[in-house]
Amino acid sequence: MHPFIPSLAFIVIALGVSWPLSRWLFRAVVPPAGIGRFDKVLATLLGKSALTSGSWKRYFIQLVGFNAVMFAVTWAIMSNQQHLPLNPDGQGPVDTSLVFNTTVSFVTNTNLQHYSGESTYSYLTQLTLMFLQFTSAATGIAAFFALARGLAGKKDMGGFPRDLARIVVLFLIPLAAIFSAGYILSGIPMTLEGAASVTTLEGLTQTIARGPVSAFLAIKQLGTNGGGFFGPNSTHPLEGAGIISNFLSLLAIPIIPMACVWVFGRIVGRPKHALVIAAVMSAFIVLKIAVATTGETSPTAAFANLPVAESPNLEGKELRFGATTGPLWSVLTTSTSNGSVGAMHNSLNPLTLLAPFSGMWLNSTFGGVGVGFINFFLFMIIAIFIAGLMVGRTPEYLGKKIEAREMALAAAAFIIHPLLILGGTALFAATSMGADTVANAGPRGFSEILYEFSSAAANNGSGLEGLGDGTTAWNIATGIVMLLGRYLPIVIPLAIAGSLALKPQVAESSGTLRTDTATFGLVTFAVILFLGALTFLPVALLGPILEHLMVPI
Amino acid sequence: MKTRSSLLDPHLLKGALIPSLRKLDPRIQWANPVMFTVYLGAILCSMQLFRSINLFELQLVIWLWFTVLFANFAEALAESRGKAQADALRSMRVTTPARKLVGNHETSVSASDLRPGDLVVCEAGDAIPSDGEIIEGIASVDESAITGESAPVIRESGGDRSAVTGGTRVLSDRIVIKVTSEPGHSFLDRMISLVEGSERQKTPNEKALGVLLVSLTLIFLLVTFTLPAFAKFLIEQGLGGQTPGFSSLVALLVCLIPTTIGGLVSAIGISGIDRLTRQNVLATSGRAVEAAGDVDVLLLDKTGTITLGNRQASEFIAAPGVDAKILAEAAQLSSLADETPEGRSVVVLAKQLFDIRARELAEPHATFVPFTAETRMSGVDLLSGGETRRIRKGAADSVKRYVESIGGNMPTEVSRNVDDISAKGGTPLVVVDGSRVMGTIFLKDIVKGGIRERFVKLREMGIRTVMITGDNPRTAAAIAAEAGVDDFMAEATPEDKMRRIKAEQQAGHLVAMTGDGTNDAPALAQADVGVAMNTGTQAAREAGNMVDLDSDPTKLIDIIEIGKQLLMTRGSLTTFSLANDVAKYFAILPALFIGLGATSGSAAGPLAALNVMNLHSWQSAILSAVIFNALIIVALIPLALKGVAYRPMDAASLLRRNLLIYGIGGILAPFPCLKLIDLTISGLHLV
Repeated sequence: MHPFIPSLAFIVIALGVSWPLSRWLFRAVVPPAGIGRFDKVLATLLGKSALTSGSWKRYFIQLVGFNAVMFAVTWAIMSNQQHLPLNPDGQGPVDTSLVFNTTVSFVTNTNLQHYSGESTYSYLTQLTLMFLQFTSAATGIAAFFALARGLAGKKDMGGFPRDLARIVVLFLIPLAAIFSAGYILSGIPMTLEGAASVTTLEGLTQTIARGPVSAFLAIKQLGTNGGGFFGPNSTHPLEGAGIISNFLSLLAIPIIPMACVWVFGRIVGRPKHALVIAAVMSAFIVLKIAVATTGETSPTAAFANLPVAESPNLEGKELRFGATTGPLWSVLTTSTSNGSVGAMHNSLNPLTLLAPFSGMWLNSTFGGVGVGFINFFLFMIIAIFIAGLMVGRTPEYLGKKIEAREMALAAAAFIIHPLLILGGTALFAATSMGADTVANAGPRGFSEILYEFSSAAANNGSGLEGLGDGTTAWNIATGIVMLLGRYLPIVIPLAIAGSLALKPQVAESSGTLRTDTATFGLVTFAVILFLGALTFLPVALLGPILEHLMVPI
Repeated sequence: MKTRSSLLDPHLLKGALIPSLRKLDPRIQWANPVMFTVYLGAILCSMQLFRSINLFELQLVIWLWFTVLFANFAEALAESRGKAQADALRSMRVTTPARKLVGNHETSVSASDLRPGDLVVCEAGDAIPSDGEIIEGIASVDESAITGESAPVIRESGGDRSAVTGGTRVLSDRIVIKVTSEPGHSFLDRMISLVEGSERQKTPNEKALGVLLVSLTLIFLLVTFTLPAFAKFLIEQGLGGQTPGFSSLVALLVCLIPTTIGGLVSAIGISGIDRLTRQNVLATSGRAVEAAGDVDVLLLDKTGTITLGNRQASEFIAAPGVDAKILAEAAQLSSLADETPEGRSVVVLAKQLFDIRARELAEPHATFVPFTAETRMSGVDLLSGGETRRIRKGAADSVKRYVESIGGNMPTEVSRNVDDISAKGGTPLVVVDGSRVMGTIFLKDIVKGGIRERFVKLREMGIRTVMITGDNPRTAAAIAAEAGVDDFMAEATPEDKMRRIKAEQQAGHLVAMTGDGTNDAPALAQADVGVAMNTGTQAAREAGNMVDLDSDPTKLIDIIEIGKQLLMTRGSLTTFSLANDVAKYFAILPALFIGLGATSGSAAGPLAALNVMNLHSWQSAILSAVIFNALIIVALIPLALKGVAYRPMDAASLLRRNLLIYGIGGILAPFPCLKLIDLTISGLHLV
């Protein structure tokens, strides 16, 4: 069986799971009675103001304020971990730039890791990071709800504390508990004891790192976080113990982003529109899976012209799973800004790299929890603008006219992503800051730098490992990129939704560009593909494509 | 106005050359960021030439300047058409002294000294010095200078035909005009500045598109000028090759940024207004033209738009016991003072059928009762022998109410006749003499040929048509069915119209309407697109955001199509512009990195595999792309000026059609063109 087929079947399963999940998510955030029992508890804990809702500005200020508190608390714990409890392995103090990078990385739902967790951070730090994996994921989902409310025409976009609390307590924690149970059953460690010392068959003593891995793993995968407990992430045998845990991990990656699309359809009352969006996103996923599986079923490029037997590219992969789940994982993890890895990305064949790269460049084909949809919305605004003009009307989305103000905001948000990626890569490629840290020469080295910035800007967190990214320069640069790549693409779309919500509703007719048709899906697909390609084709050419062409045949 | 110059009149073409050079002024270039980027690139590359000169870079620079000039030319050409019209209008400004009336004295003053409220006298042969309202007299006026219509029109004091326009000429009689416009703000001045585009401001949609184009330009600036850093890295990694030169990077940038739409965007906007002007419609702003594209509800007056201007009396149906001739006589009497076409047709029909001569009724004992929207009746009071004979004619329900109020009653036979006429789509007018109902006049409405098909098209475009009429509901329904409108408003008063517009707007619709009377003014102002008829009152002409010089209400439909076409042209050329980039990438990128990764002994590295068009050399590849990019602007000028072909259809089909032509076409077309240019310039040994 061609590895493409099980991958395709997997996407269908994930879409199937996401549907009931979307109903759960919707009800968790929007209680049927308006104010639920949970809200009353919340009001007693945080005061009545926690239940009030308001404009997009208020929402965003609350969001940023909460994130700033998370940042400060994490920073404090991380930089003092040597004095704090829950440190059985006696992890020492950490370099300030790494503290900055890691804190930003987890607050922004990126989980770029310039360290190996098991040998750098105490259990307390790791548990703090796990807590952030919940709140940062919930931050993204909450922003998505605010956006959807605005686009549904509500001037009142909700209240952040209430949304956040409901998402974490009523949705993420129970869902993560279910997945954790599955992981524990499939043999993944869950303990607060220190590393185990065992005597091997050869009579040597080996230290095996362990910890509360199951709990960590569940939210890491579900919340498109991707920050592994162990340095090698899910390629570590204690994170991916077998076929069941591997399947659970794969499934956990896309289901919440997929569910967000259905939730959107429900909030704006246009399920068919949501279906079109899901179809466009799925088409991109399938395209990327096709690229990745084709690339990885080809022989290992590094072995070209060497006297070895030709086989699929098995370098850097868990051999029990062959060349199938590795590329699928690489596509899912980059399409959704998850960033966990199930195979070493730096061992992928050159052309295969195009799949994870394009996942991070577009960052919207399902994308990170909540924020993926927000990014897609930006593409959609541009697609609607161009397509709307072509039908001879002032472009409108969900009955609201898109005018200069919205376009200016969308355009500004739209530039940020290429600016962070191309600008950062140029700076590091041209100077010793990047050039001296690459692990491979030539185009692959270029890809390593490009990947690191793409990953940071997309809040993805995966890396072409090998790159010496533990330097102060890398820590600071990617830290800044992660911050900008996180909050600007949240605040600007919220501003657009806020602006649209204030506009009068335009009636629809057969002269209106409908957003629930195959034609619209095709246009959106084409616009995303086109804008993405025009922006990133040159770097794709100088990295993966040049590397591919340089392999002697 | 009706000077219909061909699109690419050699005279206009020549006239646009000098302005396109004048537009090289950086202050003008700055207004268009996309072209300003090209302009800046051309300047910087030109400066480079002073340091070292070679044929390739020289040609590159020349074509960069051509790109800027071609865009200037497109704009200048679009403007020149308006300029020619403005010059013609300017020659009409009244320079002869005006005859100002102070008390009973006439003083001679300059037309530019007239202020609103001043009274001026015009006699046969005089030019009307300023816009105004006739307060005394009647005259035939030659308005051909403005409307292009050579037949003189009648203007008279009172009523809806009292407005006169400065610059037109009185042909007969004497009128006294009350000036209504400030000097320099007359209709003529407004027309001049409109057609000239001197007041042209970017419309909302143009601004939004501008923002998108700027953001694309910024992205491509980023894409292009990060390349040297990437190249440096790879070269230092030992891959060989060269960092791309500055002028090559500018070439790539210019090819990637949307110069096609950027260079043509203002020409598209200007020509949109120009197309309206050529239809003899003056829009007060580009915004109004754009709004026309969004209109989805049309309020159309039945008379003149859906039906042929006038209803004609076709039959007298007498009440039981009344002789048809007596009825005809009463009908004629009641209509003698009725100057409406309907009224006149009653007089004519009575004469035709019964040879009743219209009697001279200027006698002192006859008092005419004019039609009012409230009573909805007109007639005459004849005083003879101390008794007043009151003859009235009007709509059945008004007459019924009237008759019953004075103790009479409406015979059932007459009511049945009224219903019959209404059911046939005719208009019944009931004639009453005293309290006795005499019978009914059958006024026939004739639906314009071809109007039904147009409504079908409009429906496909998603536009709903609402017929407005003063007729009763049954008559209205019959005509509405015959004409195929979506909805109708019967017995509509100006207030009803206003209410309807507000209700439609509340429901999210954009409403267009035409109007001419003073009582239409509020509705014209309220509608998103209000087209005032030029024959209408000054109030109406000021309330609307367009004036139709031909006073043809059907033109509303053309106006909407022009509005849609304007937006479609912008969207299609944007798509085309971006789609072109694919081929240009394939031409330039392999050329920029030609030596990268080349194994010793060969000049071309592995990226040469992407030279799918097999272009002659890296220089010819870059130059071909730049030449194509410049020439495509010129090639699309006619499209920008004419607008993309528009056929009424629903949005989805339109989108598919335009995507196919400008999207897929835009991807494919440049490949053969680039190859052809490459063959030409390499054949000529230019590179």
